[in-house]
Amino acid sequence: MRKGVMRPGHIQIRVLDVEEALKHYRDLLGLIEVERDSQGRAYLKGWTEVDKFSVVLREADAPGLDFVGYKVLDNQTLEKLHGELVEYGCNVEEIPAGELNGCGRRIRFDSPTGHMFEIFAEKEQTGKWGLSPVNPEAWPRGLTGMKATRFDHCLLYGPNIAGTLDLFQKVLGFELAEQVLDPEGTRIAQFLTVGMKAHDVAFIECPDPGKLHHVSFFLDTWEDVLRAADLISMEDVSLDIGPTRHGLTHGKTIYFFDPSGNRSEVFCGGDYHYPDHEPVTWKAEDLGKAIFYHDRVLNDRFLTVLT
Amino acid sequence: MPDRETHLIRVVNRDQSFKCAEDQVLLVAMERMSTDAISVGCRGGGCGVCKIRILQGDYECKRMSKAHISEEEMQQGFVLACRVFPRTDLDIESDHYQAPESSYQIEAARMVAG
Ligand code: FES
Ligand SMILES: [Fe+2]
Repeated sequence: MRKGVMRPGHIQIRVLDVEEALKHYRDLLGLIEVERDSQGRAYLKGWTEVDKFSVVLREADAPGLDFVGYKVLDNQTLEKLHGELVEYGCNVEEIPAGELNGCGRRIRFDSPTGHMFEIFAEKEQTGKWGLSPVNPEAWPRGLTGMKATRFDHCLLYGPNIAGTLDLFQKVLGFELAEQVLDPEGTRIAQFLTVGMKAHDVAFIECPDPGKLHHVSFFLDTWEDVLRAADLISMEDVSLDIGPTRHGLTHGKTIYFFDPSGNRSEVFCGGDYHYPDHEPVTWKAEDLGKAIFYHDRVLNDRFLTVLT
Repeated sequence: MPDRETHLIRVVNRDQSFKCAEDQVLLVAMERMSTDAISVGCRGGGCGVCKIRILQGDYECKRMSKAHISEEEMQQGFVLACRVFPRTDLDIESDHYQAPESSYQIEAARMVAG
């Protein structure tokens, strides 16, 4: 049952060098650089996103994920979910408005897989970048690189994904859209959604808690994914795999790494989900095809390279 | 660019070697030579997969993830090969990365490999 969580709102990523990271997220992915805060964090967004920012880069001595935030309908929903998170047994922390520039009060909580999440109701809305809200043109001029349209989802690795699924379903109202089951029926991967997208967040079982597999950005077409691949070669960027198609969600995709080793994805297409849909299941025996639909073979790097 | 200073990198545990220019990191030079003497991950100092130990020679390092190379390890010559520029010929030992054990995904990978 939906509980008033609307969509992924922001993700804070640790990088070893913010200036280098900006070359990746701004110049290569084509995100819009919004501003820097007093802590030196860089704020960015995809050009179609109406809120002020969706990606925050923080310089640190180990890369990886700080937290992912989801936007909820309103303050009443925020309060209600705050109470439910406490009741559920999460460690919950209130982050005051303005700790992230332009963002309202956030409720931060931990999860069985060792990741930190947040919900918030208010963020300054600056509108789609470079477009008027009245009679908007098809796209703005002046975009760079891959012209990523939005922060779409992330894939996280950690232990006890069943626990995190329970939390996300019961308290936050996410739905299980797709899953990978092993022969004993144990779920080793889960793709969760709060809307019509095939995934707003995904998890794969792994003994190391709190790990980041990739942060994903949406492109409109397969042609755009191929153009992204061209840019990766032109700029001599560290490639992981692709362009190819996933079996899971059926998105068309390419994976590559930021200069600190965090994996990025740009993708297009993919399945849709309604609340009455049964979860789509892939068998663990066919994990190769589930992840890389064309090669049908898993590469080790996809499973073990994490930040 | 034939006049760039290059150094010989000997991977002693693998009995392999490759050449690396001063402005190149070890891992990229190794990949360009199509050898597999060091495991390749993110190439960005983040994942730890390319962890090696430098036994002999001088080098410079870019920032590396503290999650994989502690201060103490750095003193002992442990580095991430994707962040190291050689300044002399080097003797190195590869395969110092330990993947998390008994994970579902490794089991799954085995199933796929048959
Ligand atoms: S390849 Fe990831 S740290 Fe070097
Ligand atoms: Fe993805």
